[in-house]
Amino acid sequence: MAPTIPVTIEITAEPLDLARETAAFQAGDPATGAVATFAGLMRDSNEGDRVAAMTLEHYPGMTEKALKRISDEAVERWSLLGIRIVHRVGDLRPTDPIVFVAVASAHRGDAFAACEFLMDYLKTQAPFWKRETLVGGTDRWVGARDSDAQAAERWAGDDRKATRPDAAD
Amino acid sequence: MIRILFFASIRDRLGVAETSVDTVPATVGDLREHLAARGAEWAEVLGADSQVLAAVNQAMSGPDAGLADGDEVGFFPPVTGG
Repeated sequence: MAPTIPVTIEITAEPLDLARETAAFQAGDPATGAVATFAGLMRDSNEGDRVAAMTLEHYPGMTEKALKRISDEAVERWSLLGIRIVHRVGDLRPTDPIVFVAVASAHRGDAFAACEFLMDYLKTQAPFWKRETLVGGTDRWVGARDSDAQAAERWAGDDRKATRPDAAD
Repeated sequence: MIRILFFASIRDRLGVAETSVDTVPATVGDLREHLAARGAEWAEVLGADSQVLAAVNQAMSGPDAGLADGDEVGFFPPVTGG
């Protein structure tokens, strides 16, 4: 049975303030010796095309459950003291933060590994979909990447030391 | 009754976000087959060759997952968050 630790998950249509999120997450627990954070930002190019804007859709209800399940698995695997996941939905522009993941632990190894695990699983398990508008006005759904599936697969079993594949962001 | 939700490109192609079936199919695969019979676009989007994913009561589920009256089934393309 994994210990109960603070896990907060938020889906928001509001802009993400990375500095505020990081500061708020670090506040408080004197047992914490390491905080690993990841921020995913919107790029202005994809598949060789210039991207002007993006809309993120999700499956309300399932999204929160999927992220909770992924977090529970991280808590089972590593010695963690806190997790926070914030994910944008709605309309985004290049440079806007899409996702923020923060993990606290006593020592850095657990925080680093769990943070990467959470992102790899989020990218293949959490029901979000990106629709992008190219410069020039064409709209299209973004396709899933094989590299993301491979990144998630390497966490299967107990192989925690597998090297990082060439995953996109 | 099974409540069925469609998301992202699947919804766009079918032109509906939600539907239902009164008779409960045994599995997710059976439900897909049943819906695929609704028309050419449905057959293409939900047929055996499609990459569509499914969730039963908001948990990812394979084609062999069983269904019961009152279940919610979501169909969607591979996810692209993060």
